Amino acid sequence: MTTTTVPAPAPDARRFLRRARRRSAALGLLAWAAGLAFCLPALWMLLTSLHAESDAATNPPSLFAPLTLDGYRAFFGADTGVTPWPPLLNSLGASFFSTLLVLLLALPAAYALSIRRVRKWTDVMFFFLSTKMLPVVAGLLPVYLFAKNAGLLDNIWLLVLLYTSMNLPIAVWMMQSFLADVPVSVIEAAQVDGARLPTVLARVVAPMAAPGIAATALICFIFSWNELLFARVLTGVVAQTAPVFLTGFVTSQGLFLAQLCAASVVVSLPVLAAGYAAQDKLVQGLSLGAVK
Amino acid sequence: MTTAVGTTPQSPPRPPAAPGRRRTGPRAWATRAPLLPALVFLIAVTQLPFVATLVISLFDWNSLNPDKRAFNGLDNYASVFTDTALRESVLTTILLTAGVVIATVVLGLGLALLLDRTFFGRGLVRTLLITPFLIVPVSAALLWKHALYNPEYGLLNGALSWLGELFGDTSPSQPDWIADMPLLAVIAALVWQWTPFMMLILLAGLQSRPAEVVEAARLDGASAWQTFRYLTLPHLRRYLELGVLLGAVYIVQNFDAVFTITAGGLGTANLPYTIYQTFYQAHEYGLASAAGVVVVIGTIVIATFALRTVSSLFSEEANRA
Repeated sequence: MTTTTVPAPAPDARRFLRRARRRSAALGLLAWAAGLAFCLPALWMLLTSLHAESDAATNPPSLFAPLTLDGYRAFFGADTGVTPWPPLLNSLGASFFSTLLVLLLALPAAYALSIRRVRKWTDVMFFFLSTKMLPVVAGLLPVYLFAKNAGLLDNIWLLVLLYTSMNLPIAVWMMQSFLADVPVSVIEAAQVDGARLPTVLARVVAPMAAPGIAATALICFIFSWNELLFARVLTGVVAQTAPVFLTGFVTSQGLFLAQLCAASVVVSLPVLAAGYAAQDKLVQGLSLGAVK
Repeated sequence: MTTAVGTTPQSPPRPPAAPGRRRTGPRAWATRAPLLPALVFLIAVTQLPFVATLVISLFDWNSLNPDKRAFNGLDNYASVFTDTALRESVLTTILLTAGVVIATVVLGLGLALLLDRTFFGRGLVRTLLITPFLIVPVSAALLWKHALYNPEYGLLNGALSWLGELFGDTSPSQPDWIADMPLLAVIAALVWQWTPFMMLILLAGLQSRPAEVVEAARLDGASAWQTFRYLTLPHLRRYLELGVLLGAVYIVQNFDAVFTITAGGLGTANLPYTIYQTFYQAHEYGLASAAGVVVVIGTIVIATFALRTVSSLFSEEANRA
């Protein structure tokens, strides 16, 4: 709400404006308080990760203890020699390749659902969406049995396939809404000039839809990076992802709070960076492109 | 499972097909071709396992005893409906999902209304608010379990000690949060994580309000409450529905928080966790599959509503374009 200032306001109007301004300042403060309150656990995680173990688990909490990077050093295996790099790289690989595969499959599909539409395109869209609604846990057992018999357990390529199927509907919906924003006249002009379909896609459509495509990729990456259930059931030692590594972190070495918080910060950093970068597009991904 | 869309979104002008001729032949296939890889991939990876689950659910199959595998018809389903653990997990799932969804919608709406106004540092506050959603769910669950709820050195009891010191209380109460209120502990952690999601959707809804209508209402002397009650809320209705239904679909499937905070103990095992346990630890493949099928049927009921909501928003978008 913007308060519009009226030229030479009468005394009672001035009082009204003052009161409105005071109220809006109070609401602004309330918003700040809410933002800080919601962020507090995350800030606490960051602060604890920067404390020595002896200062991390104290009651009452030691706010002003000296800061140190020991938790991070310990997490990266300074004393044990056990490094988190394999799980981090597994997560990176699974998320990256599944995002790539999602883009390869979703981009042409979205094209067929937005620019040169197939008949009954809305039905196809809703079929894609309906697969997202089904609980994954119900299809997990056959996947596990298949992987076991095919010798695919503990292998990130199986995760790549599953994450692709998990994110494909989201990507198709998002991309469809981005490609539908590309004016048809531009595409037709390119085709009249004799450009073939791959050329039109690469030279005309892709650059115009690029920001949307980037946001879609970021959101797919985030969801893959976060995934725990598939990774826990289908990977073991070799292909375990960062979330699986985190769940085993506490039991394998007792509880080192500063180190655990450092681990959480490191594992969450890529998602935080991606999420802050794609803030404006986040809601579109979460609502499957229904909300712009 | 496709729902019929009751609207005909206007598609952009297309090269007109010859009237009265069925569209087959190379041109129609050229149109369809880009769609096929994604469609085939999705059917293979998501639908086939469900068919397999359906088949397995008709067998008495414990993987520790593979020789005794036998067809037993609907017996597993009878067990699912009479098994107390499974029945309890249905109730837990409902409580967990309803609790989280209601709390996140209320909080999310409040925050969205606060953020819909201009004030100093609004962008920064929005960034602060979406942070919980961007912490990896496993990390968030571990953070709540060890850094906040821990009875000896968690932040919650630490804060109680501080307050006690302030008021000269030498032995402030130090509840064991997870043991005393396990389901609430899981719900609170999930509410923290999912409120930003609701806020983002509702904020998008608020910002799509036609500003001139709100302005007109204000000039006509409508109070803030009246504007909210008769303009904002009806406009937000579909966004609220979308938030509730998508939130429900995501939270019904939650595994990370239950697995991490309580490991399904103390009456917090929801259906995904119970099914996971039934085949991963108890090795009861047939039973787990039957439970999975029941969950799928339950989800289809919710999802049908969700799809309808999305489709009404979607057709509006398509018509606006």
